[in-house]
Amino acid sequence: MTAPPNALDPVTLAVIQNGLVQVCNEMDLAFVRAAFSPVIAEALDRSDGIYHRDDGALIAQGDLGLPVFVGTMQFSTQAVIERAKGVRPGDVFIVNDPYLGGTHLMDVKFVKPFFYRGRLFAWLANTGHWPDTGGSVPGGFSANATEVEQEGLRLPPVKLYKEGTLDEEILSIILSNIRISDQRIGDIKAQAAALAIGEKRFTALLDRYGEDVVETAIAELRARAAQQMRARISAIPDGVYTGEAYVDSDGVEDRPLKIALEIRKAGSELHFDLGGSSPPCRGPMNSVLATTKSSIYLAIKHVFPEVPINAGTFEPLHIADPHGTFLYAQYPRPVSGCAAEVSQRIAEAVFAALVKAIPDLLFAAPAGTSGNFALGGYDPQRQRNYVMYLISGGGYGGSRGLDGIANGCSTIGISKTTPLEVVEQYYPVLFEEYALAEGSGGAGRQRGGFGVRYKLRLRRGEARASFVMDHGRFGPQGALGGDDGGLNTVLVEQSGRAYVPPHLSKDQDIRVVPGDAVTVSTPGGGGYGPAFERTPALVARDVRRGYYTTAEAAERFGVALDAAGEIDAAATARLRHARRGTSDLR
Amino acid sequence: MRIIGVDVGGTFTDLILLDEERRQVRLAKVPTTLENQAFGVLAAVKQAGADLAGIGAVVHGTTTTTNALLERKIARVGLVTTRGFRDVLELGRRTRPKPYGLIGSFEPLIPRELRLEVSERVDAEGAVVEPLDEEGLRQALACLLALDAEALVIHFLHSYINPSHERRAAQIARDLWPNDYVTVGHELMSEYREYERGVTAAVNAAVQPVLHRYIARLEGELKAEGYRGDLLVMQGNGGTVSARLVGEAPATTVMSGPASGVIAAAYTARAAGFANLITYDMGGTSSDVALIQDGVPLVSSEIELEYAMPIHVPMVDVHTIGAGGGSLARIDAAGMLRVGPESAGARPGPICFGRGGSEPTITDANLLLGRLDPGRLLSVAHAVSLDRLRARLVETIGAPLGLDAEQSAAAILRIANDKMAGAIRMVSLARGHDPRDFALFAFGGAGPLHAAALARELGIPRLLIPMRPGLTNALGCVVADLRHDYVRTVNRPVAQLPEGLAREVLSAQIAEGERTLARERAEVEDIRLLHRADMQFQGQSHLLSVELPGVAVTREELQRLFEQAYWQRFGVALPEIRAVLVNLHTAVIGRRRPVDLAALAPAEPAASLDAAQSGARRVWFASGWRETPVYRREALPLGAEFAGPAVIEQLDATTIIEPGDRAAVDPIGNLVVAIGGSG
Repeated sequence: MTAPPNALDPVTLAVIQNGLVQVCNEMDLAFVRAAFSPVIAEALDRSDGIYHRDDGALIAQGDLGLPVFVGTMQFSTQAVIERAKGVRPGDVFIVNDPYLGGTHLMDVKFVKPFFYRGRLFAWLANTGHWPDTGGSVPGGFSANATEVEQEGLRLPPVKLYKEGTLDEEILSIILSNIRISDQRIGDIKAQAAALAIGEKRFTALLDRYGEDVVETAIAELRARAAQQMRARISAIPDGVYTGEAYVDSDGVEDRPLKIALEIRKAGSELHFDLGGSSPPCRGPMNSVLATTKSSIYLAIKHVFPEVPINAGTFEPLHIADPHGTFLYAQYPRPVSGCAAEVSQRIAEAVFAALVKAIPDLLFAAPAGTSGNFALGGYDPQRQRNYVMYLISGGGYGGSRGLDGIANGCSTIGISKTTPLEVVEQYYPVLFEEYALAEGSGGAGRQRGGFGVRYKLRLRRGEARASFVMDHGRFGPQGALGGDDGGLNTVLVEQSGRAYVPPHLSKDQDIRVVPGDAVTVSTPGGGGYGPAFERTPALVARDVRRGYYTTAEAAERFGVALDAAGEIDAAATARLRHARRGTSDLR
Repeated sequence: MRIIGVDVGGTFTDLILLDEERRQVRLAKVPTTLENQAFGVLAAVKQAGADLAGIGAVVHGTTTTTNALLERKIARVGLVTTRGFRDVLELGRRTRPKPYGLIGSFEPLIPRELRLEVSERVDAEGAVVEPLDEEGLRQALACLLALDAEALVIHFLHSYINPSHERRAAQIARDLWPNDYVTVGHELMSEYREYERGVTAAVNAAVQPVLHRYIARLEGELKAEGYRGDLLVMQGNGGTVSARLVGEAPATTVMSGPASGVIAAAYTARAAGFANLITYDMGGTSSDVALIQDGVPLVSSEIELEYAMPIHVPMVDVHTIGAGGGSLARIDAAGMLRVGPESAGARPGPICFGRGGSEPTITDANLLLGRLDPGRLLSVAHAVSLDRLRARLVETIGAPLGLDAEQSAAAILRIANDKMAGAIRMVSLARGHDPRDFALFAFGGAGPLHAAALARELGIPRLLIPMRPGLTNALGCVVADLRHDYVRTVNRPVAQLPEGLAREVLSAQIAEGERTLARERAEVEDIRLLHRADMQFQGQSHLLSVELPGVAVTREELQRLFEQAYWQRFGVALPEIRAVLVNLHTAVIGRRRPVDLAALAPAEPAASLDAAQSGARRVWFASGWRETPVYRREALPLGAEFAGPAVIEQLDATTIIEPGDRAAVDPIGNLVVAIGGSG
């Protein structure tokens, strides 16, 4: 490659790239360490970045940001740029409107103009998931909302800080409309403080290298990221690859929503067409455009993790607006499920399409649901209302060389579980089981990882249970002949009676009383490659560990084990030959 | 008194024999013997010419437990746990190895077939929900023995608040189990969080037989050589423990090597008049960073040894950065130069080591720029000519970037230093400190080579390089005190704390520590106590650790100390939210007699700075090439002062003083460098 004229020297370029990311990392750090919301502090459900002055294009993003926010904030920054009037140093806009480049209402963005020597140079922005923004259910994940107003308070871009001063009137409107409002002031201060730190560090970077040099570097880095992404894409064989994925239901009408993705690879570009997907739905499983695009970005980032993220990374990815589908939601469609669930199905469709093109880099589908279980009630012993959220992981898919891991975090998240001992300290529940969901890993040459099965019982007071999960109807897809992973299941024991949600993975306001129990089993990952090609010794080991039964070893893997768990080579050969025979006939 | 400190590192086993009466020091450096580290230890003793019969104490830093875990050469461990929860250790905290990419693997320390359950349950308030099924327990133990488990873990939910079931189960198990390898969750770590407590216990059990056998062998060998003194073993908390007791909680010896270096840094810097330091230990594949505040290394109870392997016993808070001398320089697909995190490791190593390495590393760049002397490299197999090195640099880095060999090497250093400085900054900020308020203490083979550039990049005004940068860990053994840490979960709002509860908990921790020190029977001058509280505002999920003045701490004091610390860290005051006391800690430190470091200073320094100069060579700096004097470290006179640029060489380390900096040799032989303005 030849360097363009007047190009920056390559070493300064690398140093400035590192410097820009460092500014974002310091914002991420300041935000997470001072935040109150456990969703931010522990689940790391937040992200910080630097955006272009004119078009809001992403310049740099912190290494520690939540994956689902890859690229989303550039859309909300664009919305602020379009609407902002009389921007002054020290202003901070607050916005959570899903239709203005957002995700769901709980993801609240702060956007701050960054001035250098009196001139608007760029925008700094961050997103944090607030535990509540009002609406019909605590936490905002209403499984059967039919319009966005039921999901919470919607904020267009407004200046929460004006020239450095918090607007107490806007604040009071916000705090009057959300639950657990007393702790939100801690989050608001943390979110604004993170941007102030970014401002300080970015100023230092500009002081050191000069405005012109940094500006040139930003443009050059964008071109380089595009070049790097193009290099990766060029290695994919030209062609059209399709992938499908299904959301169980929208929570209101009990029928699956289809994501139909066609990826056309030509030269160094990828064209994504989601136009064949289901039409808009009544329930909260619609996805706004920003989230739809961001889901594709994060899926690509999972496939090529080493490519740095800025607007250039996305240049070779062309995503057609999926007009008329549930993936291009318009006001007032409800959208609470898009960030946590639909985004993961879109990513699954991307994986399913690309595994056919570049099988060595891909993997079978991961569990791909956040497994949100909310229990809200009154604890008579402590005389207080509570809302408990449990989100769960599931198995990852097998890949060319490895089985999937068990209980991995959702595709879009990087959060850790809350320890059971902490959950039991805070809420009137007792866990009876927290176990590996045996058999849930999809069979394959490399099998899927296992989901989790937990059971808890309510000890005191009445409560209501809600579920926003997925993969209750269709397991995570196997790849290249591998089997699908196990299903997500929900079972509520109500006074000894078993209740299974009609939509399997989504339901709301199920009344439970002391002694009632909830059992959830999360999906396993998809298998990779034909299960009958799995090394028999590994199947025997899996049976020894109780991952599968002896019967499953025979049925699902074609491996016969004797009573002592030893491989019966002759019987195994017969089983596997018989399977091969039938597939030859097909 | 004559003391031996002997530290086993990845490549070398280092020994310092300090003879205080004669103000003498003897040093030894021998290859580490990985299979049985005792051979290397004895070889080092021989090389130093030590007569073990006359030695008062041998203090040993060993990587036996760390290596056993990283290489999974561990004992077969069985687990007995609460019914319904045997998979806690396999399911972890719902993580993946890296934020992006969904491919990875994880194997728990205890395989599923060796994890058994018994009926019992205690709730979060400590009430017994279901009694312990003792018969079921006996059956489970018999089953584990039949499956050839050598060590045992007993781990029940909520044992941090009510340990009665674990205690009873331990009683039964200790009767039935054929050896002493029984680890009980709450005994090691009385803190909530079932995964972390369980893994900590599993780590302990997994290395217990391994460490026990090693220490027994070493004691035997030392005895055979006539040694009659105390054998002390370094722990990850930076203190030592008697070999008599180390087998009880071997998890505490994990990461003791890095901790030892930080302890030596704190001790050395204190003697030199520095209280606040960032330590930087740069080795071949990675670098370790730690903070020392008011002379005391920061300690953390939340160290992860590797992905999903938390070891929640208090350890010196050492953060590892993926950059070392062997870090590879590569051009990525975007045409950008990257340094690390991939490393050439020991094999094939840098190009200049002549072991088949063909990709340039940080060490190669240093060599080409005159910062290292090609004639003095340790661990070189076949000499590689500078011309060959230049050619490789041009092929791999220079040609794509349009740079010559020297420019390529300079680019590698600039990017490496930028990256390392950024990482050090993040480590410091994450612990709530601005690096500019600290001095930089650089050691390890490569630390002194980069330290001046890093200090400048970080805005750190002063740099300290100890007399023996390559033997710092061994020195840590010599100076470390005995130390035992105790943590107990309280988890109550400060306003609702029963009066006297904190005093009761802290006093009990002191008593336990004093009992342990007494059992060790090692020589101790006095006992020092450190108390800390982990606190948070109600609703938060992360903790802030606050130092406590003593056991008699009141609720008002707790509240005030926490608010102060929170303000200092985050610049936010939150009077509207309640503070919660989560954990109370006590460190019981049995202080050994202070060691006089003057003996470390060179015995026969040159009469003048000029006489200490061994030559001069061209060396590259950010401002260009400079003809630079080279000094022998051993010959630098105490009190000498000189301006950079300068190169200072000694057996296992090279120090670079940059133009604009001023160096001085202090009374115990440290180099104290004042970093000049940028440029």
